[in-house]
Amino acid sequence: MTTVAIARYGAGNVRSVELAVRRLGAELIDDLERADLAVLPGVGSARSAMDGLGEAADLLRARHAEGRPILGICLGLQLALDESEEDGGVAGLGLVPGRAVRLEAERVPRIGWAPVDPGGEAYWFAHSYEAVTDSTVATSEGHAAVVEHGSFVGVQFHPEKSGAAGQRFLEQCLSRA
Amino acid sequence: MPLPRLIPCLDVAGGRVVKGVRFRELRDVGDPVELGAAYSDGGADELVFLDISATVTSTAAAAAVAARVAEHVTIPFTFGGGIRTVDDATSLLEAGADKISVNSAALERPDLIEELARALGSQAVVVAIDTEAGRVRSHAATRDAARDTIEWAKECEERGAGELLVTSIDRDGTQDGYDLEQLAALRDAVSLPVIASGGAGNAQHVAEALEVAQAALLASILHEDPARLVSLRAELKELGVCLR
Repeated sequence: MTTVAIARYGAGNVRSVELAVRRLGAELIDDLERADLAVLPGVGSARSAMDGLGEAADLLRARHAEGRPILGICLGLQLALDESEEDGGVAGLGLVPGRAVRLEAERVPRIGWAPVDPGGEAYWFAHSYEAVTDSTVATSEGHAAVVEHGSFVGVQFHPEKSGAAGQRFLEQCLSRA
Repeated sequence: MPLPRLIPCLDVAGGRVVKGVRFRELRDVGDPVELGAAYSDGGADELVFLDISATVTSTAAAAAVAARVAEHVTIPFTFGGGIRTVDDATSLLEAGADKISVNSAALERPDLIEELARALGSQAVVVAIDTEAGRVRSHAATRDAARDTIEWAKECEERGAGELLVTSIDRDGTQDGYDLEQLAALRDAVSLPVIASGGAGNAQHVAEALEVAQAALLASILHEDPARLVSLRAELKELGVCLR
């Protein structure tokens, strides 16, 4: 059975990620070092998240250096970058070269279902910041939607809240782990 | 822009979905999890649960409902009703809700919006505005809040709200169509997503609302029947509305 550990940093909708992972038959464990897949979830602000991560930050950096899979979701993707301009500037984990900047869109926050290309599948987004990185492998309306760098995969959308499409995406992440 | 959203609204009291006329003569119409899952299967983009008993019961009861919904529903949902503090809101998000909605509590103490945005992120904070003739109503629309709707909407945005759920009390329950003029004025006044509510009688009304607002809240038009959502979606697509 695939094991999954979720990096916790206080506030946020972690339960939805837990439920989604369990629904797919994976086992949740607390060990960020040993789990087949580490998930960096994301709801809240960059500064409080980085403060809340504590020693989990080093565990995630070590995992990435060893080439072991990490999935970042929404803010979890933005935290993996070098820095974020949220909250007046916050240093990120530096797993992926790039930065998170204030979203330029017609309506901010950008909330709702939007297609991701390539593929054209729609997923649910809710964000006010976006990743700017050369590691972007899929976009949604010009914004980074999927980012890959080494063993890190980050998504700006919420697969755990994207119905059947999201479940299929998570299933792929688990099978690759 | 993300695709226009259809958001069924479920009134909850005592852990059950209820239907009533102006909060009286409540009738039990089903289980929130079962109805929520059926709407999700029927193509809902999100769900809104409004706990209309929340002023007399506790948010712990609402969190218990949210926790059950999260186990079975895999699309985003908002919980509203009786949220007065950051702790109330946090308990709902920890249970699995994606957003919370505040109304009268924000009118009484507007700082609450900032506190919620700081703790949860703006994307999780919906401010519900009940409006009648351009003025804000509070306490389930029973009182005049002594505020202009557009001014209040701008203040909500400045304070960190992530979305506005705007119900036209003039139109609510009439099935005469949304208040498009008010929605257009709001669209021009703020850059937040706006969820239109109140007045939907047919697919044409919903299509018109989705031209000025980012989402339409669906209440009485669905008659608590998930099959109606399926047919409504088909009618909207015939009218050229690009849905998920």
